[in-house]
Amino acid sequence: MRNKNMTHRTILRRVFSVILLILSLYIIILGVIELPPYGAPDNPVHNYVAQRYIEDALEDTGVLNMVTAIIVDYRAYDTLIETTVLFTAIMAVMITLKKDPSKN
Amino acid sequence: MILGTGDLIMMIFFAILIIIALCVTFVQDLLYVVIIFGVYSLIMALLWLHLNSPDLAITEAAAGIGVTTLMITLIRRTVRREN
Amino acid sequence: MLDFVLKSVVTVLIPFIQMFGLYVIFHGALSPGGSFAGGMILGLGFIALNVVFGLEKGQEKFSDEMAGFLVSLGPIWYGSIGLVGILRGANFLVNKDSGLPMGEPGTLISGGMISLITLGIGIKVASTIVTLFNALTEEE
Repeated sequence: MRNKNMTHRTILRRVFSVILLILSLYIIILGVIELPPYGAPDNPVHNYVAQRYIEDALEDTGVLNMVTAIIVDYRAYDTLIETTVLFTAIMAVMITLKKDPSKN
Repeated sequence: MILGTGDLIMMIFFAILIIIALCVTFVQDLLYVVIIFGVYSLIMALLWLHLNSPDLAITEAAAGIGVTTLMITLIRRTVRREN
Repeated sequence: MLDFVLKSVVTVLIPFIQMFGLYVIFHGALSPGGSFAGGMILGLGFIALNVVFGLEKGQEKFSDEMAGFLVSLGPIWYGSIGLVGILRGANFLVNKDSGLPMGEPGTLISGGMISLITLGIGIKVASTIVTLFNALTEEE
């Protein structure tokens, strides 16, 4: 893998990719620093939306598992479109890969 | 900020994840890469379980360990890495 | 794939895998899990059958026509359950106002349309994975 006689193009390409990696790492770290601490009670996640789901989910849907209540009941449109996305993906795969049985 | 036992476990998990991600880049044999990637999903499922989200843990275990490993193994048969 | 040990082990394991997948699907309203994870486990059972016993044996159990039919059935089933709400004079995809029996929370049949939708998505995901696997394998 590591030859002694690497061309200048290869060295330049590697230096350029390392610089790109460091730049993107810097940007990611800049974003992560802004995040609130994990598990703190006054995070912006803990607002009235989560409060309402936790209090009313059992009464609204009659389902113990709150994740299922949100996926299938509160966000039913999302899941419907997600199912359609799966259907479209499998249709594309079938069109691309499936052999024509009439040719054999 | 005081670190508890849970934070320590999470840090160990994250360290293992980073090591596995580096291994995926540097290991030559593609079959080993697929297996290491399955281990990544396993550690990720344990991490989800530790973060109190068993739904995601089950989905990660089924999708990451089962389906992704299988599909990449299938695709690997058609790909050859140079050198 | 003529290994005797592999065939024996998979023959014993497949019913348990399928049973666990169906358990995760049907208990999606009660315990962690749900339709997508359960459907994937159910599909992995069929894929294990395909890998070990060959595609012909797998086609006997779960043919491509059946898989294509079930893939198409999933969204249709979901949408028609959503239409029940419109028939009862409420919005599309409502649960509580649609008139389906809500049951008692904590029992297996509860939550109105949620169990039905979960079953539909689970079958759809399972057949999707099996179809994907068969399409990728026949490429050779």
